[in-house]
Amino acid sequence: MLGEGILKGLAETAKNFFASYVSKDRLTTVEYPEERIAPFEAARVFPFLVYDGDDWAAGLRCVSCQICEKECPPKCIFIEKSKDKKPDAQGKLQFYPARFEIDTSVCMSCQICVEVCPFDAIKMNAEFELATDDRFGGLLLDRKKLAKPNEYYHQIHATEAAGVDARLAEARAKAAKTTEAKPAGGGD
Amino acid sequence: MIEFLDQFFILFKNWLVGFLPAGLQQLAALSLCVTTIILAFPLLFAVTVLLERKGLGRIQNRYGPNRVGWFGVLQPIADGVKSLTKEDIVPASADKAVHFLAPVLLVVVVFMGFAVLPMGRNMVLVDMDCGLLFFYSMSASAELSIFMAGWSSRNKYSLLGAMRAVAQMISYEVPLLMSSVPVVMMTGSLSLVKIVEAQAHYSYGFPHWYIFTPWGFAGFVMYAIATTAETNRSPFDLPEGESELVAGYHTEYSGFKFALFFLGEYLSMFSISGLGATLFLGGWSAPFSFLGWVPSWIWFFSKLMLSIVVFIWLRGTLPRLRQDQLMNFAWKFVLPLTLLNLMVAALWRFMGDGWLRWVVCLAILALAYVFMCRNGLRRGQIRPRRYRYAE
Repeated sequence: MLGEGILKGLAETAKNFFASYVSKDRLTTVEYPEERIAPFEAARVFPFLVYDGDDWAAGLRCVSCQICEKECPPKCIFIEKSKDKKPDAQGKLQFYPARFEIDTSVCMSCQICVEVCPFDAIKMNAEFELATDDRFGGLLLDRKKLAKPNEYYHQIHATEAAGVDARLAEARAKAAKTTEAKPAGGGD
Repeated sequence: MIEFLDQFFILFKNWLVGFLPAGLQQLAALSLCVTTIILAFPLLFAVTVLLERKGLGRIQNRYGPNRVGWFGVLQPIADGVKSLTKEDIVPASADKAVHFLAPVLLVVVVFMGFAVLPMGRNMVLVDMDCGLLFFYSMSASAELSIFMAGWSSRNKYSLLGAMRAVAQMISYEVPLLMSSVPVVMMTGSLSLVKIVEAQAHYSYGFPHWYIFTPWGFAGFVMYAIATTAETNRSPFDLPEGESELVAGYHTEYSGFKFALFFLGEYLSMFSISGLGATLFLGGWSAPFSFLGWVPSWIWFFSKLMLSIVVFIWLRGTLPRLRQDQLMNFAWKFVLPLTLLNLMVAALWRFMGDGWLRWVVCLAILALAYVFMCRNGLRRGQIRPRRYRYAE
């Protein structure tokens, strides 16, 4: 009969109206600034730079190979390669980024920089509260703002970080073995 | 004491006016009443907007506004401040004068309708003999202002919205009038005060409201449908369909002019709900004779707010109609039934008292309804909405 559907619909909305006062699990709204839901492990916003150890400047994994800068589709990464070499966390001499900047107003969170990085130095961050009142300076993240410790990486992407650590440890063990195998190799 | 509460506003007015010289008294009394109406209904509008936002939220299992003040009760004030401080943009190619006049005209015309509504015993601004006619002529003028808004904005969306609004409002004006004609036939008067008085008597404790008769009930249902369309409320909110027309006829309005349109829309909801209560729900009369001690204006406003709640409930429930569905519904379904309702009302009037007229009138209306549905279903005019993209 015509009008039956309207009555059914009205009953449904009335049920919603009253039940939302009774049962709390109907209200899926999270009242954001006060309440938060835990971020998902796969959440990704903008990239950040991982460093090992305590000193961010010394521990950056980035060796300034500039692959990410070249691959970045919107060209939001700017890297200035250092003139000198500094020992990295393993004590090996490496170039380091004298400047590393990401313009988050341009970045499209495509994660290509993360995919192409051979050193596991750049990873996706899950932080999303990046609002600023300075639309140029505030959105241009420099080296210092981008550097986050490896522990932070473990905190936001636990599984992924564990995998990366295992892989790095394996590679280092292998490298140590090869240097041991030919001790007089380079004469150093 | 009961008498005092019931007539509180009248006595207060008379007391205030008593301070003035005799020559000014009538003028002062009138302007006092007008001011009260102009203040009371926008206040009710603020409450209703909050109620609507909260209610719709709850219907959709959300909280609704809950930030401004305690549980969001100060939200209307925040909205008001926001609309007052927003920039008032007039399109460069708009017809400036008409663009300015449209919202003003809408609000003025809608306020005029309140003049003839009896909001309580003796609480009517002007008791016109042709009150109902005056009310309808005023509510019909709202169409003009909506078309003015759409036309003067010089925007295709505004114009399309205005065209839709005019087509819709003129179509539904007919069933609206037709559904209230039986009331006039029964009362024998166009005066709204007389219409309420005709309903405000009781037998066995129950009132003689027109809704409790077969023709009254059918008339009320069709009146409710027509008013929803007349006030551009969902499911008939095509003139401002957000998903199709940006905002319809008020696309090019911002700031306080937009607020005036918003106010006008709600005020016309109030006035037309008030008229519905007056015509079918006994206006200011109590629903049971033992409740007669409650002040009459409380009954009028509770009936009005009840209608508003139903409006909000419907808005939270029904999806928007398509233009052709809307027109078919008005001309092929509601209008024939209202015409039939006129006959039924005449039959009711001339069959005298007794149970027979109940049976006959109910049977005619029920059969007509069933026949219209069957016929519509068979010819494919009415069918469940199917969404091909959702299958």
